Amino acid sequence: MPYDSIVCVKQVPDTANVTAEAMKEDGTVNRSALPAIFNPEDLHALETALEIREQHGGTVTALTMGPPKASDVLRECLYRGADRAILLTDPRAAASDTLATSYILSQAVKTVGRYDFVFCGRQAIDGDTAQVGPQCAEKLGIPQVTYLEGMVGLSGEVAQLRRNIGRGWEIVEVRLPVLVTVLETANRPRPPAARRVMRLKRARTAAEIAGRVRTEMPDASDGQRQAEIQRRADAQKERGLLIEQWTLDQIGADLSRCGLAGSPTKVHRIQAIVLKKEGYSEIPPTEQGARQLVHELVVDRTLG
Amino acid sequence: MMEPNRQGEVWVFAEQEDGSLHDVALELCGKARELADRLGVKTGVVLPGAGVESLPERLIAHGADNVYVIDDQRLGHYQTGPYAQVLCSLIEKHRPQIVIYGATPLGRDLAPRVASTLRAGMTADCTDLEISDVTDPKTKTDHKNLLLQIRPAFGGNIIATIVNFDQWPQMATVREGVIPLKEADASRAGQVVKEQVAIDSDSLALKLIERHIEPRKINLKGARVIVAGGGGIGSKENFQLIYELAGAIGGAVGASRAAVDGGLIGKEHQIGQTGTTVRPALYIAVGISGAIQHRAGMEESAKIIAINTDQEAPIFSVAHYGIVGDFRKVIPMMIKAIKEK
Repeated sequence: MPYDSIVCVKQVPDTANVTAEAMKEDGTVNRSALPAIFNPEDLHALETALEIREQHGGTVTALTMGPPKASDVLRECLYRGADRAILLTDPRAAASDTLATSYILSQAVKTVGRYDFVFCGRQAIDGDTAQVGPQCAEKLGIPQVTYLEGMVGLSGEVAQLRRNIGRGWEIVEVRLPVLVTVLETANRPRPPAARRVMRLKRARTAAEIAGRVRTEMPDASDGQRQAEIQRRADAQKERGLLIEQWTLDQIGADLSRCGLAGSPTKVHRIQAIVLKKEGYSEIPPTEQGARQLVHELVVDRTLG
Repeated sequence: MMEPNRQGEVWVFAEQEDGSLHDVALELCGKARELADRLGVKTGVVLPGAGVESLPERLIAHGADNVYVIDDQRLGHYQTGPYAQVLCSLIEKHRPQIVIYGATPLGRDLAPRVASTLRAGMTADCTDLEISDVTDPKTKTDHKNLLLQIRPAFGGNIIATIVNFDQWPQMATVREGVIPLKEADASRAGQVVKEQVAIDSDSLALKLIERHIEPRKINLKGARVIVAGGGGIGSKENFQLIYELAGAIGGAVGASRAAVDGGLIGKEHQIGQTGTTVRPALYIAVGISGAIQHRAGMEESAKIIAINTDQEAPIFSVAHYGIVGDFRKVIPMMIKAIKEK
């Protein structure tokens, strides 16, 4: 039996590889110097969905919420095999905390309609909260299976999933639909397929088409530009190269539950971590140095 | 959505497995006590499970005033649905002002589900909690005695303080091992409150087929001294030197993710953001470059010694003592010095 999956993906700054160039003189991070990447665990979520489709048939829809530029991760999904890609972008969604984000994503999932699985990476490397998956499941009114390490079985409307529980693992059986959050150990994501890249690298969102039209037709009237955007979007769609772009209006979102207004948690203060250097002493790599070090540790009672 | 209840208790979710309490539950009892004393309210602990009647005593000794026990066969093995239902219905009934959970795999599965149902705020993976007055910069409203939820963010590059003005309870998960475990006080008095919660059969969505728990062989969190090796150790044979130094100094053996991924040592030794967070009296980092993910798990150690051939390695920036040199020469010298002390 075929299965339909929706995979939630996120474009994130590459916080794991903060290079010297990205460090400011005061020891803080220059965020704009960090490249935007595909959230690592989300690639494994996508791979899980693609493997299900290969074995059982069905569809894979990639969904992301973010700025217009987040369309990059959707193209990545298309290259790797997603059938459909949806960008949810709306300035009114900015500054959403996990509760608001999960509300918006769940509305988008409901708008997609039919699904057997919703897959998410366990967490995104910019916030590391791991909250959006479970909260999205709650909003959809479906069970969640977190920390997937592998699919054990799938037959009819029942899946058996192996999940990591910290000090070990367990296999659970669950009736579909279900939301699953995926770990990096679950699989090895396939690379983009060259043939798909050739075909799909021209896939564009409406915002990208509009940007292009603005640069190419600087002197045209708004009406002319609108007509041209529409014409190009239709042509892209015809060729299967239009990445769908949705706003909060299209998913019937209650605006009081989105963005800052829908976010109970507020950032009160941000402190950059400045690596501290005070109280540092360098010990020479000699026997004398080792003795001196041990002596100091005994004197300050670090060693008994 | 729940309005702020300033008389509400400070609650802890008590994680247990097969009738044995998770350490983090006891750590959090101490923290809840501190927050509740500051607010002038009581502490409460929610204890769902099957056959957990012997556990309230320890929770009370660690700071609980009221232990709400929900003893039900269906709560024997954790699954999200029924546990979330228990938490939500007790929170709605008693209206605590704060609820904290351990940031364990279980806590991070449960807490967001509860927050979503209650439409309350939730902050993940805090490293500290404090009480303070806060002015909302938007409305200029003063909020008395809010919970400051302090956590690393952005890959550990910043520390964010999060508050929740009005969609209460204020909830957070707190990382294991960051709150020092206070000594138990057996003379403390507390109350055990038996609660009944209706559990929908719908919420029991998962059927457990098989479970495998690895015994916890090493106790990194309880170690006073930790000697940890990184990718720079290079081989399993070289890792023996780490064990020898740990043996000489009376410490536990830790490792960075690079050493674990490289197959030099088992994952149960891993220290860092994805491993265990430790704060020993002495941490000796050998051949560890000190990626931010590793530092997040050890930088609170009272004393840090870094041994590395690369004098530019970031580990030196958090170290109190640095030895730039080859560990294969330095470790034997240290062992000798320790034996002579």
